[in-house]
Amino acid sequence: MEFKTLLFYLFSTITVIAALRVITARNPVHAVLFLVLAFFNVAGLWMLLQAEFLSLALVMVYVGAVMVLFLFVVMMLDINIERVRAGFWSNLPLGIVVGGLLASEMAVVLSGKYFGLANLPPQNLPANYSNTKELARVLFTDYAYPFEVASVILLVAIIVAVMLTMRRRKDNKAMHSSDQIAVKAKDRMRIVKMAPEVDLPASGGDKA
Amino acid sequence: MISLSHYLILAAILFVISVIGIFLNRKNLIVLLMAIELMLLAVNLNFVAFSHYLNDLSGQLFVFFILVVAAAESGIGLAILVVLFRNLSSIDVEDLDSLKG
Repeated sequence: MEFKTLLFYLFSTITVIAALRVITARNPVHAVLFLVLAFFNVAGLWMLLQAEFLSLALVMVYVGAVMVLFLFVVMMLDINIERVRAGFWSNLPLGIVVGGLLASEMAVVLSGKYFGLANLPPQNLPANYSNTKELARVLFTDYAYPFEVASVILLVAIIVAVMLTMRRRKDNKAMHSSDQIAVKAKDRMRIVKMAPEVDLPASGGDKA
Repeated sequence: MISLSHYLILAAILFVISVIGIFLNRKNLIVLLMAIELMLLAVNLNFVAFSHYLNDLSGQLFVFFILVVAAAESGIGLAILVVLFRNLSSIDVEDLDSLKG
């Protein structure tokens, strides 16, 4: 067996096992960690497919950022596992029916007998081929406008995440700057009218 | 020799596993989000495999954009989840009935 074939089967087996554990794990933290394992192995598969840039981006962006975000949220929430797990296996028959139908339909298409998928030869790229360079060439010419739209999507996601989770507490002592600017002098200072002289009662204590 | 069908079948298996995961974890909102991530991963695997075997880089560009949208989606989804937990103290999907839908 060729070494790349061995690698393919190794990565794909671990990916499938990790995916199964993601959906059946009792503890959500374990589910996130198995999801990280699945992402790592798929990154290995992409490396086999000579998509080096995406493979590394998957590890850095997905495992490094998105999965860590998942971990933060899972650890922050106090999940009642018993309640969430109640009736866990009751939907399995329906799931198996739907999943089996999906799998059999895909098997007809993907087995390659009718569509000639098995005949496609893998590409043998030259040794000095740079996947990142070629990807950048396409990204910044043909796909420059979608690239800009992608950055806007990320900006919107940042703003939405901050706005949704920002909490204004009742006992917060912070000042509103617009209220401070609009303040008038009479809000701060009270001028009291009073007589200029007051007749003090004569006190008898200062006679020598 | 690994053919295109190998990768496509692996992606199909991953996709079916995550569909079954959505059925199983019907109550746990956070595992539902994880199952969606797994689905996107399966689709991305298809894109990369086709891109390699057809020698067309557009597939990898699509994966790039899918990653961007998926990152935004999970960021906003988790923010909604946190707000939800703050208000309901639960992430059970069955508790989300305030709209009476």
